[in-house]
Amino acid sequence: MSILTFILVLPLIGAGIVALLPKSAKGGIRAVALATTGLSMICAILAFLTFNGAAEGDGGYKFYQKVAWVTALDINYQVGADGINIGLILMGAIVSFAAVCVSASIQERIKEFHFLMLIMIGGILGAFMSIDIFFFYFFHELALVPTFLMIGVWGRGEDKNYATYKMTLYLTLGALVALAGLVLLYVQSGAKTFDLITLTSQLRDNPLHPGTQTAVFGFLLFGFGILVSLWPFHTWAPLGYGAAPTATAMLHAGVLKKFGIYGLIRIALPLAPQGAQAWLEVLAWLCMGNILYCGWVAMRQKNLNLLIGNSSVAHMGFVFLGIASMNLIGLSGAVLVMVAHGFLAALSFGLSGYLYDQKKTLEIDQYGGALKQMPFIGTLLVMAMMAGCGLPGFANFAGEVTVLFGAWTSLPWFVVGTAWGALIIGSLCIAGGPQHPARSFGRLGIKPEGSRQLLGETALCSFDRLTAFVRDLPEPVDQQDSTLHDPGGGIHRKGFG
Amino acid sequence: MNIAASTLEIAVIVLGVVIMLADLWIPRDKKNWLGYASIAGLALILLGSLNMSGTPSELAFGNMYVLDSFAIFFKRFFLIAAILVIAASVEFSQKFQTGKGEYYCLMLFALSGMMFAASANHFALLFVSLELITITFYILTSFLRNQMVSLEAGVKYLILGALSSAFLVYGIALVYGTTGAMHFDALKTATASMTDNKLLLVGLLMVIAGLGFKVAAFPFQIWAPDVYQGSPSSTTAFLAVGSKAAGFALLMRLLFMAVPDIALQWEKLLMVIAGITILYGNLCALPQRNLKRLLGYSSIANAGYLMMGIAAMSQSGSSAILYYLYGYMFTVIAAFMIIILVMKHTGAEEITHLAKLHERAPGLAGVMTLAMVSLAGIPPMAGFFGKFLLFKAVLEQAAVFSSYYALLGVAIIGVVISLYYYFGVIRTLYWGKQQMVPEEIHVSPLSRVTLWVCSIFMIYLGILPERLMQAAVSAAESLKF
Repeated sequence: MSILTFILVLPLIGAGIVALLPKSAKGGIRAVALATTGLSMICAILAFLTFNGAAEGDGGYKFYQKVAWVTALDINYQVGADGINIGLILMGAIVSFAAVCVSASIQERIKEFHFLMLIMIGGILGAFMSIDIFFFYFFHELALVPTFLMIGVWGRGEDKNYATYKMTLYLTLGALVALAGLVLLYVQSGAKTFDLITLTSQLRDNPLHPGTQTAVFGFLLFGFGILVSLWPFHTWAPLGYGAAPTATAMLHAGVLKKFGIYGLIRIALPLAPQGAQAWLEVLAWLCMGNILYCGWVAMRQKNLNLLIGNSSVAHMGFVFLGIASMNLIGLSGAVLVMVAHGFLAALSFGLSGYLYDQKKTLEIDQYGGALKQMPFIGTLLVMAMMAGCGLPGFANFAGEVTVLFGAWTSLPWFVVGTAWGALIIGSLCIAGGPQHPARSFGRLGIKPEGSRQLLGETALCSFDRLTAFVRDLPEPVDQQDSTLHDPGGGIHRKGFG
Repeated sequence: MNIAASTLEIAVIVLGVVIMLADLWIPRDKKNWLGYASIAGLALILLGSLNMSGTPSELAFGNMYVLDSFAIFFKRFFLIAAILVIAASVEFSQKFQTGKGEYYCLMLFALSGMMFAASANHFALLFVSLELITITFYILTSFLRNQMVSLEAGVKYLILGALSSAFLVYGIALVYGTTGAMHFDALKTATASMTDNKLLLVGLLMVIAGLGFKVAAFPFQIWAPDVYQGSPSSTTAFLAVGSKAAGFALLMRLLFMAVPDIALQWEKLLMVIAGITILYGNLCALPQRNLKRLLGYSSIANAGYLMMGIAAMSQSGSSAILYYLYGYMFTVIAAFMIIILVMKHTGAEEITHLAKLHERAPGLAGVMTLAMVSLAGIPPMAGFFGKFLLFKAVLEQAAVFSSYYALLGVAIIGVVISLYYYFGVIRTLYWGKQQMVPEEIHVSPLSRVTLWVCSIFMIYLGILPERLMQAAVSAAESLKF
């Protein structure tokens, strides 16, 4: 049994146990959730640390496991890790544990909340380790209903209903379009399998007709694009995250949203490289929309959650730019930004949730003086914002700079544009974030922090360490050299420069 | 003559007659035992059917009746559906002042009609079995005799059903007039050389129109919402599951076994029907406030999804239909069971009556959530895998004929629209505003078992589709593409 299976199954087992526990056993429910996600996180860390030494299974994937599932369609439960997803799995497991930690602030319907959260975590982790395109989709969709219910029942704000529906409908549309692309790939490849390894080798030897590739990549680009809030399909993200309870926002913005990009890098680029060439320019323009337009929108936000939500949409633009660069440097940068932004977004939403619990407001100008009253949280917030504006020393910087380096060779004009975008986001983070908490006079009184929050705080604190630590990550990512199969040399070829 | 081939139908009819006779001696307050006896009898028949494989296929009654793996697959489907629906009827029958015994035996007769329909290999048997289903349903829909809505539903079903039967018979007459054949095997050879005979085509279109009424496909769907809303809930469940499945069984057999050459010319027509049915059902369901009416429109939309499988004209399309129907059965019966349990005393079945059900009966709210999620086609529920198979079948054809992309696009839009109203129900369950004093909910052991069975199978078919998938593939093989 692969260690990845443990990472995936533990939270689901936890969900099963939580479902069986009585409603009143609040402590037991918390303990089960913490224990299962904690164990899952430990497994993920172990996997990450032993990754370089692990034996390679089929297709160059490590920790590989395959179980036949539907023989008539050749669908298999298949998990494995390589340089592209090992960091994401680690990030996912850590953010999941942190999300469970900060959920101590949930007061009502504790059992249901933890049940849904554990199902969502299982889905998220499963999506990133599946190397069967059916399960890839299946696990992602597993998280949809929990997201809907968690925002609907435990969410906040007046337009909660609107936000819930908007998010759910957008996500479903994106997922279905992506599913059409995936099934089209299955049908057109002629391999009659959903197994990504066989599909990859089949398509490397017999690439699809360029027209078909264009169709497949189009489906995948827009399907996954909607899931990652590609401009102009991004409007669900800030709204949804603004209304979501803290844990859901952390999991969704931090981890689940990366699913779409991961899908593009893992499936769309290697299997339809010529299709990618055809869509390259469109993608580059759209990601400019993300970086410039959404950065601009974020600048005007007065609500902390909306600011983080919009800026996270803008950050996704960098990842798309990395993909559009179509070379190894850009892609490595994109993977690094994904992992770094996962931590950053989870930290930011965790902090904003904490501030909301303390102050019952998310208006940024009400946070004046917070640094003095909550030095710890204030410092974390300042660090998160600094990381957000890409200050050297944080993983985001490393990732974004790598993306820009990668893109320079193929898309120089876009790089110039995006560099300005980065400046905008940077200025916004400086202007909007730390400035207010750093002011010396407070407008709201702050209650002393309860010990209940300690756990959450510790978890949040560990994020900052991690955001810095992830700088070390590029090493395993570089190994995608061997795993990013490259039919027709499409990926390495410089774009249309 | 090979009477042994139709053992299952004969057993069901004998069971119906026994129930009808036993009704005379059972005291009024013990009528529920008739329901229990029917369930037990059907369970035995279902067990008996597990012995049959349908390969090689058997013919009976002058080749009118065929027993192949396709027929067996559907017979089991109908038997399971009837068991679950009768379990729901036992709960619902508290509302009937008289005639509980008749209700069960009418259900059994309708069931025998569906089972005959699964084996129809001749226009005469097709017509007779459909009439057996429809005529029993005229009574079942208006069984709440003292309620205007129920009577209205019965009358609407009667008039439109009669109209559809007229279409059917006229169509059959035209087909017979042009080809001189009623038998499906004979039709196949006769129509192969007459694919552009106008009169034959008009006749076949009329037959398809008649079947379209049964499955509630556009443009013959008008009756569905009214009848679904007005009928007793247990009848509606049987109508939604059994009658629709019988229609699809006949449609598949007719199109793919009797007139395959003509069916191939009609892929565009079938695509258009499927697309419009999906959009019509989903768009009309959006503003509905009555849960049964909403499920009526949703059943139209589901007929549209199933028509996609027909339009795909392939083995994988047909096996997708078979798989989808199973998931749909457990889902819909679970939803109607909840309606029966929660809205036992109120006359109307407004969605708002479900508000905060989560606090009153978390288990029921959970099952209803599972059912809505499955209808919306989201993993890990049965509805997802069914839709996945249908999408796959359509995309396989899209490689050959690109119009199928348009059908797929319509289906995706339909699913997104449907999410809005299905999730609206879930929203009401968990954070809707309570508008009236909630009624007390009592769940009998039989209903509890039914709900468990439905929920377990909804999840099982979504997570472990292997076994049913194999059965569906081998059943679709007997359609001989």
